[in-house]
Amino acid sequence: MRAMTYRGPYKLRVEEKDRPRIEHPNDAIVRVQLAAICGSDLHLYHGLMPDTRIGHTFGHEFIGVVDEIGSSVQHLQVGDRVMVPFNIFCGSCWFCARGLYSNCHNVNANATAVGGIYGYSHTTGGYDGGQAEYVRVPFADVGPVKIPEWMHDEDAVLLTDAAATGYFGAQLGEIAEGDTVVVLGAGPVGLIAAQSAWLMGAGRVIVVDHLVERLEKARTMAHAETLNYDELDDVVVELKKQTDYLGADVVIEAVGAESDGSCLQHIAGTKLKLQGGSPVALNWAIDGVRKGGTVSVVGAYGPIPAAVKFGDALNKGLTMRMNQTPVKRQWPRMFEHVRNGHLTPREMVTHRFPLEGISEAYHVFSAKLDGCIKPLILPSAS
Amino acid sequence: MTDTTRTDTSSADDIPIAYVPDPPRMRESPEQLRARIPGWGADLDPADRPSHPKLRYAPDDTGAHWRFPERQPGAEQRERSIEHAFVTPVFGTAQPLHGLSGAIRRLAYRRYSEARLGHWALLVVGDRVDAWGSHLRSFASLHPDNPITETGILAELHADGTARSGRSDRRHQLLDPVVVAGPWVAAAAGAFLGGRRLLRRMR
Ligand SMILES: NC(=O)c1ccc[n+]([C@@H]2O[C@H](COP(=O)([O-])OP(=O)(O)OC[C@H]3O[C@@H](n4cnc5c(N)ncnc54)[C@H](O)[C@@H]3O)[C@@H](O)[C@H]2O)c1
Ligand SMILES: [Zn+2]
Ligand SMILES: [Zn+2]
Repeated sequence: MRAMTYRGPYKLRVEEKDRPRIEHPNDAIVRVQLAAICGSDLHLYHGLMPDTRIGHTFGHEFIGVVDEIGSSVQHLQVGDRVMVPFNIFCGSCWFCARGLYSNCHNVNANATAVGGIYGYSHTTGGYDGGQAEYVRVPFADVGPVKIPEWMHDEDAVLLTDAAATGYFGAQLGEIAEGDTVVVLGAGPVGLIAAQSAWLMGAGRVIVVDHLVERLEKARTMAHAETLNYDELDDVVVELKKQTDYLGADVVIEAVGAESDGSCLQHIAGTKLKLQGGSPVALNWAIDGVRKGGTVSVVGAYGPIPAAVKFGDALNKGLTMRMNQTPVKRQWPRMFEHVRNGHLTPREMVTHRFPLEGISEAYHVFSAKLDGCIKPLILPSAS
Repeated sequence: MTDTTRTDTSSADDIPIAYVPDPPRMRESPEQLRARIPGWGADLDPADRPSHPKLRYAPDDTGAHWRFPERQPGAEQRERSIEHAFVTPVFGTAQPLHGLSGAIRRLAYRRYSEARLGHWALLVVGDRVDAWGSHLRSFASLHPDNPITETGILAELHADGTARSGRSDRRHQLLDPVVVAGPWVAAAAGAFLGGRRLLRRMR
């Protein structure tokens, strides 16, 4: 089969690989019909995640058709069209039994500090991902869901991660009616977080980024106010002015380890890899939220320590909430919101690339060429 | 009066709200927000939010029909975090450890827990050894690495050779080529200088 493979930082190609096979009785093999590149994939692409092996196939946002099932699979049949949460999870460990699907203890032998994720290095379990013609889906009775008839494929693929994460990020903020909510990052995750903040009763939603086309999207798609940090001397001071010197009630950090905004931190963290990424946005969140407020972190960080302003968080009495998204837990409610038009994931899709054009796709998304917000990948067999 | 286009909160006497006890006032009423924003307030009640409360004991709702999953075969050789009691019942089998990078990575897993920086530092070294070893091996294969096609740098241009529009991130436009091409240029220069020195020595 054809599959995207990692060749080292900033380098990918499409290779011929063996079709994945059933390795456990509850496995399924899914023929991928549509996949996407996530902002998280950029961290791998840039070589920031330890134990990313040459030859690894990325891709944790995908939908497709069940092509083969293992002997113990009961809930799926060959031919079913399924959407697959980015988390690999068993459904029965201590954590899964309590709804923490992204923190499953039975699927990632390589680490206990993170669960299992498709195509996301060996640090998350060493599973090849869905930017390929076929993918192995463990625990087929637990993760995948049949795509509802009414749902658009492009909404379905975004619900497997980016959209679910935006919605989850807003929930972690514990928004109360009338709250001023600041969203850092206007990527796919931040845009859906902004839409979701309104659903939870925000009184004001302010989105911060420096890419003008994404800020424009935040205004049109998420009805948000916007701030361009390239035009500001100091984002934190601006947030204080905007909120009558209180600070925001809730800040949602949807940027992660490759934050811009401080040249020094950016180069030390993401270019020279002297620390585990550059937590500039996280520090803006800590300093921009009001005392006693809540910081929700869905931006991704790796296992290597980074210089977070923890003292400010302590001294301000903040609540900080964060996780990888337990995707499937979001779905029933999110499906209603998508059906009612409250959440509009596919509005963010700007680019569609064939699998054979994967190197260009990553470059366009990583360098933010062409106003790219969300690129989709179409495997050749689909 | 305070300029309401700038702040949503203001006290009666113009002292910023943070310095007085008054509750902040909403700039728009719930009715106004509901009229302007599709779905405003639909999840106001935390009970409607799927991730509330954080822990929700519901082992029968997950689709799992086992207490502990059957064990996937092949765990004997599989590296694992020493913070785990055993290799997990299901694990990824992509890119098994091999060669020098494999030895470095195996050491990282055997020697250090995830709590130790040495664990991650060794894994990062393993990654670089893996990358450069693979590049070198590829040059002796029918499918050598090609930094032009593999970096997707050609996407800077459209099919007709015109530059792609709308790049709004100028700072990265300067930084990225240095970071991406830098190691290759350095390696090429090193190989050139090394080769010259070798030639000189042989003469
Ligand atoms: N927790 C999870 O489960 C989960 C799931 C998906 C994605 N993520 C993470 O969420 C983050 C966002 O994902 P995405 O797909 O939207 O990525 P993206 O790269 O498309 O978007 C990130 C945005 O942040 C902006 N940005 C950079 N520095 C900033 C700063 N200091 N302040 C404000 N904005 C800044 C960038 O310009 C960009 O628009 C990534 O870190 C990704 O790894 C986490
Ligand atoms: Zn993702
Ligand atoms: Zn589990």
